[in-house]
Amino acid sequence: MALSDKDRIFKNLYGFQDWKLAGARARGAWDNTKALIDKGHDWIINEIKSSGLRGRGGAGFPTGLKWSFMPKNDPRPSYLVINADESEPGSCKDREIMRHDPHLLIEGALLASFAMRAHTCYTYVRGEFMRERERLEAAVAEAYAAGLIGKDNDHGWDFDFVVHHGAGAYICGEETALLESLEGKKGMPRLKPPFPANVGLYGAPTTVNNVESIAVTGDILRRGATWFSALGKPNNTGTKLFQISGHVEQPCVVEEEMGIPLRELLERHAGGVRGGWSNLLAVIPGGSSMPLLPASMCETLTLDFDTLTKLKSGMGTAAVIVMDKSTDVIAAIRRIAYFYKHESCGQCTPCREGCGWMWRVLQRMERGEADKREIDLLWDVTTRVEGHTICALGDAAAWPVQGLIRHFRSEIEARIDRHRAAQKQAAE
Amino acid sequence: MSVRRLDAHQPASFAFSPENEAWAKATIAKYPPGKQASAVLPLLWRAQEQNGGWLPEPAMRLVADMLGMADIRVYEIATFYTMFQLSPVGRKAHVWVCGTTPCMLRGAEALVAVCKRRISEEPHRLSKDGDFSWEEVECLGVCANAPMVQIGRDTYEDLTPELFENVLDGFAAGNPPKPGSQTGRQASCPAGGATTLADFAKPRN
Repeated sequence: MALSDKDRIFKNLYGFQDWKLAGARARGAWDNTKALIDKGHDWIINEIKSSGLRGRGGAGFPTGLKWSFMPKNDPRPSYLVINADESEPGSCKDREIMRHDPHLLIEGALLASFAMRAHTCYTYVRGEFMRERERLEAAVAEAYAAGLIGKDNDHGWDFDFVVHHGAGAYICGEETALLESLEGKKGMPRLKPPFPANVGLYGAPTTVNNVESIAVTGDILRRGATWFSALGKPNNTGTKLFQISGHVEQPCVVEEEMGIPLRELLERHAGGVRGGWSNLLAVIPGGSSMPLLPASMCETLTLDFDTLTKLKSGMGTAAVIVMDKSTDVIAAIRRIAYFYKHESCGQCTPCREGCGWMWRVLQRMERGEADKREIDLLWDVTTRVEGHTICALGDAAAWPVQGLIRHFRSEIEARIDRHRAAQKQAAE
Repeated sequence: MSVRRLDAHQPASFAFSPENEAWAKATIAKYPPGKQASAVLPLLWRAQEQNGGWLPEPAMRLVADMLGMADIRVYEIATFYTMFQLSPVGRKAHVWVCGTTPCMLRGAEALVAVCKRRISEEPHRLSKDGDFSWEEVECLGVCANAPMVQIGRDTYEDLTPELFENVLDGFAAGNPPKPGSQTGRQASCPAGGATTLADFAKPRN
């Protein structure tokens, strides 16, 4: 059963319609937002809790629960920070929200901020998204002018929405690195605890949420938690923006139900795997940090947090990267390893040194210039990076390499054999 | 991590234009009193834009003064964040070619080859006429329209080497093509037409 259009939240996903306030209103945004606010802080948090919404930025932490961690009687200001530093390779959904339906984000930010008793929201847009930032800024200006946000606005909750931007650092998508960057420092993650809900931006209580998590808030509250939780699967509810890239006939972004079978997603919306389903080699189901899954595991695979975690991969941002049989899978993972080497902030030694080390070994393995015992050594090194760093970038760098060894060890060995045979032949 | 150093040749001074000076003051005011350091990335970025696409050392010191930061804190930031160009870039275009795996799977390496042939063998070097420069960057977040490049504020998507050469030709002639998909599709809608949103995924009346 495919998701029906009436249950889709992002009606202007592709930007065919008007992104401005009038267009957003015609599609249902800002419809009696005051009535939702009048139901109170706790009603909103409870409704989001019972909707089952899990954070859309990758980790899948229950959003309502996260909001409930914010202190209720604190003399310090509270902040909502929206993470629009979309940089996980494969992910390209927040971009579509910001440039095609920015008012969903602004309305959601007001509702979420009210729920957490915050009067200010900072949105951290990745530096490269310049047009997206301009679009969002224009929409924010419209919302101020219409009295929807700002001081003494129509909703009775003073609220400022500030658009901030980065300057090209993947690590700033990590929530505490983002806060450091927003404070005007290098984006180096902080030790936790204290967690941002206690000591966040400017030392004040802060919640950091992904763009998509906030942008769905208005619809969930208006249509009810039971509407959202009836979609998807238990513990993996609602709709989700899937981003399909790589070797499919028609790469695209599409909103579908959580838990949709991979094959159905690809064939219904992306024209299927290039050269047909039998030409599939592997899939990275949730963005570059999630271990790949070989075709043999993809036949009946459903895309949701719990299923993918059981398979030692992950839902991540639902960025599905498809590789057909023409792919040099070692090269594909080597390029991901280079990405993490480049993006490591350098603060923790295992990550700073380990990412470069893994990349260099994979470069040799790609050419077959390695020893088979180095495969186990490489695995060992991944386990010394994983779990030994302040933030999850170390894990994110280790997992794709582990996925490669777990599922394509024979490919690495075959390449070493071929290289040996070629060397031997050359010597004779 | 990558090692990034300031250029050996720096201008003697840098000052914001009056418009940018006013913009900078308004930007600083967006943050709470005492937290003006938050404006460092936007201000450095504006300085880079004003300076023809690269960030000179005197601009870093100026921004440090404006925000009450030690110079070294701003140097750290300029070398940490990779969008700051520390040496001069092409007059007409500095090309970011996305090279990360989703773009690589769809042919980014061929786009890099075009840059090497047409602009310079090495990244961050000016072309002979000084009009172009390029670098391979990490994921630009446009994966469903891969492979792609970004030039200035705009992205050029769904490229082939031929379409990319057209884009470069356009910049060379001072007449850049329309940004977005170069095959004419709408954003990240499936190329064969939308499979969802029957009432919305069509041109406005």
